[in-house]
Order: sequence, then C-alpha cells, then structure tokens
Amino acid sequence: MNEVSVRAPKISRDRLKKKLYFFSLVAALLILAAFFSEYLCPYDPYAQDMSLAKAAPSAQHLLGTDRYGRDMLSRVIAGSFTSIFSTLALVGFITVLGTIIGVFCAWAGKWIDTVLMRLADMFLAFPGLVFALAVAAVLGGGVHNAIFALAAISWPKYARLARSQTLAQQELPYMQAVRMAGSSPLKIIRKHVLPNIAGPILVTAMLDIGTMMIELAGLSFLGLGAKPPIPEWGSMMSDTRNLLATQPWVTLAPGFAIFLSVMIFNLLGDTVRDWLDPKNRR
Amino acid sequence: MEKILEARHLRKVFQAGSREPLLAVDDVSFAVGAGEKVALIGESGSGKSTVAKLITRLLAVTDGQIFLDGEEITRARGMKLKQAYRKMQMVFQSPVDSFDPRCTLGDGIAESLRNHGYAKAEAGAETARLMELCGLRPELSDCYPYEVSGGQCQRAAIARALAIRPKLLILDEATSALDVTVQAEIMSLLNRLQRELSMSYLFICHDIALVQDFCDRVLVMHNGRIVEEGTADEVIRHPQKKYTQMLIDSVL
Ligand SMILES: Nc1ncnc2c1ncn2[C@@H]1O[C@H](COP(=O)(O)OP(=O)(O)OP(=O)(O)O)[C@@H](O)[C@H]1O
Ligand SMILES: [Mg+2]
Repeated sequence: MNEVSVRAPKISRDRLKKKLYFFSLVAALLILAAFFSEYLCPYDPYAQDMSLAKAAPSAQHLLGTDRYGRDMLSRVIAGSFTSIFSTLALVGFITVLGTIIGVFCAWAGKWIDTVLMRLADMFLAFPGLVFALAVAAVLGGGVHNAIFALAAISWPKYARLARSQTLAQQELPYMQAVRMAGSSPLKIIRKHVLPNIAGPILVTAMLDIGTMMIELAGLSFLGLGAKPPIPEWGSMMSDTRNLLATQPWVTLAPGFAIFLSVMIFNLLGDTVRDWLDPKNRR
Repeated sequence: MEKILEARHLRKVFQAGSREPLLAVDDVSFAVGAGEKVALIGESGSGKSTVAKLITRLLAVTDGQIFLDGEEITRARGMKLKQAYRKMQMVFQSPVDSFDPRCTLGDGIAESLRNHGYAKAEAGAETARLMELCGLRPELSDCYPYEVSGGQCQRAAIARALAIRPKLLILDEATSALDVTVQAEIMSLLNRLQRELSMSYLFICHDIALVQDFCDRVLVMHNGRIVEEGTADEVIRHPQKKYTQMLIDSVL
C-alpha cells in the first residue's frame, strides 16, 4: 500500500521524462531536417518541366508534380526551411521583445508602466489576424513583413505575462535579501528575476509555435507572406488550391506538413509544461 | 557613546486597497550605540519586523527619520543605499524564503561579496570560511535552500549577513530554528565579533532568557509602540509595565 503511494508519482515523472526526450528529439530532427532541407530534396524544387506538369504520384515523384512540373516532394521539403525558421524567428522575437518590455514595465512602474500596458491592451483588443492582414497589406508581402505583422500583435501576451511574473517575484522575501546584498537592478533582473520567470514564458512560447506557424501559413496563403516561387507551405497550398478537386495530393502535401509540424511542436510544448508544473515535481 | 543607528519618530501605515489602514508602527524612537546589543521584544504582530524593515529601508516610512552612522538614510537610493547596506545587514525571519530558490546557498552568500569588489575565487574562499564560521559544512554551499534544513538555512543566512562585515546586524528571530547547542555557538560567535570588530546588534527575539544573557538593553513593543525601555536586567527583573510582566511570564 505504502509503496504504491510513494512510487506512483515517480513513475509518472519517469514517463514524462521519456516523453520529453522523445518529443525534443523529434522536434530537433524536424528543425535539423529543415536546416539541411536543400540537401534532402531529391530534385531541384525550382526546376520546371512542363512535360511532367500535374503528374500523379509515381515512383519517381512520390507526391506527384505541380502545374509547372516541379517535384512536389522536393518543394514540400524545401518549404520546411522558410515555414519552420520564420516561425521560430517570429516566436523567438516576440518572446524576447515581450519579456524585455514586461520586465521593464514591472521594474519602472509609474507612468511608463501605464503607457506601455495601455498600448499592449490596444494591440490585444484588435482581432489578431485582421490586424496582421492590415499591417502586411500596408508593408507589402514578403516573409519579413509577415513576421513583423504577426510580431506586432503577439508581443503583448508576453509582455503581460513577464510583467505579472516579475511583480510576483518582487513581492517574494528573497528579493529583500538580494537588495540588501547591494545588487544593482540589472543584476537582480539577470540573476534572479529572469531564471525564476523563464519557465512559464518558455512554455507559452513553445505552445505558441504551432499557432504562429498556422498564422504565418495563413498570411502566406492569402498572398501576404512568402512570395512564389520560394517554396513555403502556406503559399504552396494557395498556389495549388484550384487543383484540389483533380489532384488533391499537391494541396494536401504541404497541408499535411503544416499539420505534422504543428502537432510536434504542440506536443513538445504540452510536455514541457507538464514537466515544469510544480505539481509534477519529484 | 557613539550612535550607529538612530530612529526618530518612525511611523508606518499599511494601506491595502479598501481595507482599514493599519498603523503598524507608531512614533517609534530609539538608538543603537556602537558595539551595543539591543533587544526588541514584543508579542506577535506588535510590529517588530516592520521596524526592522523600516530601518533597513526595505519598507518606506510613512513618517520619521533614520540615521545610520550619523548620515540620514530615510530617503537614500541607489549608490547611497548600497553604501548604507555595507554598514547594515539583516538576518530575515523566514530563512528559507530569504534565499532565491534558483541559487545555491554558496551563491547567495557570495553575492554581496561579489557586489563589493571581491573576485570570484576570493569570494568563493571567503564564503567557505564564513560557512565554517557559522558551523556549516562547506559541501552545503552547492545545495539549494529547499534541500537543507531550516536551521542550516538560518546559519547560511547569518553567514550571508556577516559576509561584508557590517557595523550593525539586525537579527529577526535569527536563532529560532536552531537547537540549543548551535544557538550557543552562534551567540558566542556574535559575541566574539562584537568584541573584535565592535559590531552592534538589534536582536528581535522571543527568548527572554537569551535576551537577558546576550543583550545590553531591551526595547519592549506593544501595538506598534515602544512601551518600555531599559537595561536587560532592569526590564526583565523589574518590569514597570503589566504588558512586559505578562510577556516575561508567558515565556519563562
Ligand atoms: N506588508 C504588509 N501589509 C499589510 N500589513 C502588514 C504588512 N506587514 C506587516 N503587516 C501588519 O503589521 C503588523 C505588525 O507586523 P510585524 O510583522 O511587524 O509583526 P512582528 O512583531 O514581527 O510579529 P512576529 O513576532 O509574529 O514576527 C501586523 O498586524 C501585520 O499584520
Ligand atoms: Mg516578525
């Protein structure tokens, strides 16, 4: 009886650890594959061959070809580079920016805090994708502008989180001891605040990778992201959408790639959250 | 006698949202002389910790003035406050909470040394020395606060407060989690430092016997006010106020 109640949490922790390793490995492989995607393509993803246009899947072209005769498998593989790295860049950017703003607000307080947080509220009040659409439309297409547009609407979430976490840290008794040790605010933030608030922010970022990937693909699908002929999953789906009835594989392939990547990152995010959850500690 | 600390007419009102404002400290004045050991006693909630936090500037005063070593620090900030903390350190009431859960005890103790110009290696060596001085095994410097016992954490907190050799040490229930032998060791360490470096102590404590043994002078707090003051023998043997008598009777 006793033994069971003592061991039960440990087993679930071990399983969680295995899960964490597994999904980290899968995500790392995906990122690695995206990085070296250039060398993994069986064909040149840009090479057009009209004689092969709209071919069905075959031994040579596992996913068939699009309407310019480009090998779909190669394009999906090559597309991973833009899709995955622009997502990671976007999430990294808003995480860092939001955290800096949030911690700064909590530390500065007074009117600076009020002004920045009202600004964050304003951005939060806009319907996200519509605002991103407007920004992307004003700035013109291109991956960079799509990232910028989504960053503009996504940083407030991180700023709010970082701010509330920092305020909570400031209330803790150890903060008084640290202040008495004569540490400068910058040192306190670097050495004490950031390590203590990193967990929840990191989890939010991990869980956001999937959402951001879909939103970036969405902007590209609407023609406001990556510009053809650069392979990118969202724009590939938009490119081939009128073939959906006759040759569904050319549309479904990039769609499935998005689905798979989003799922991997979401599962990893979930696992990291469970791992860091104090309830699952020890 | 030269004064290391002087508090004049301190007042602190806690104003939390819609609740009644709470007068936690009311017109408290006292001084601590150089090399003097002053005890602050009083029932739970009488405002002892609040007084400690006011004079260490961890809480802002509502009214009053604080002088440390002749300089007013009531509104000191930045560098000036850092200088003040060089002369004044505190051991907090809840030792485990007073360490960053993500830093080891060794890091916690070394932090003030590093902030005051010690190189990393020097700070490490000094940390080991301080821990030994306070009766801690040096291996504990790699432990996190939740990995050690309350008493060990309390000794680490004392080591940290002593690190930069302050002139004034404020101990808020600093020996409450220690057993009698360790407590005696710490008290003799504090006594030695007092003789050698002429350190001063403000000693917040519930243990009347310890106060009588260790302190020169006693301040008695009740409902945010100092109601009685005198030498340890006077106050404990012949208390003037009923409240003090009750306080002494309840623990003896
Ligand atoms: N941050 C705060 N906000 C509001 N009220 C507070 C705060 N800190 C302390 N108080 C109140 O001030 C009064 C004095 O508290 P204080 O901690 O100074 O008591 P104490 O004498 O140290 O008691 P103990 O012996 O239990 O440590 C209490 O009534 C307490 O509720
Ligand atoms: Mg107290």
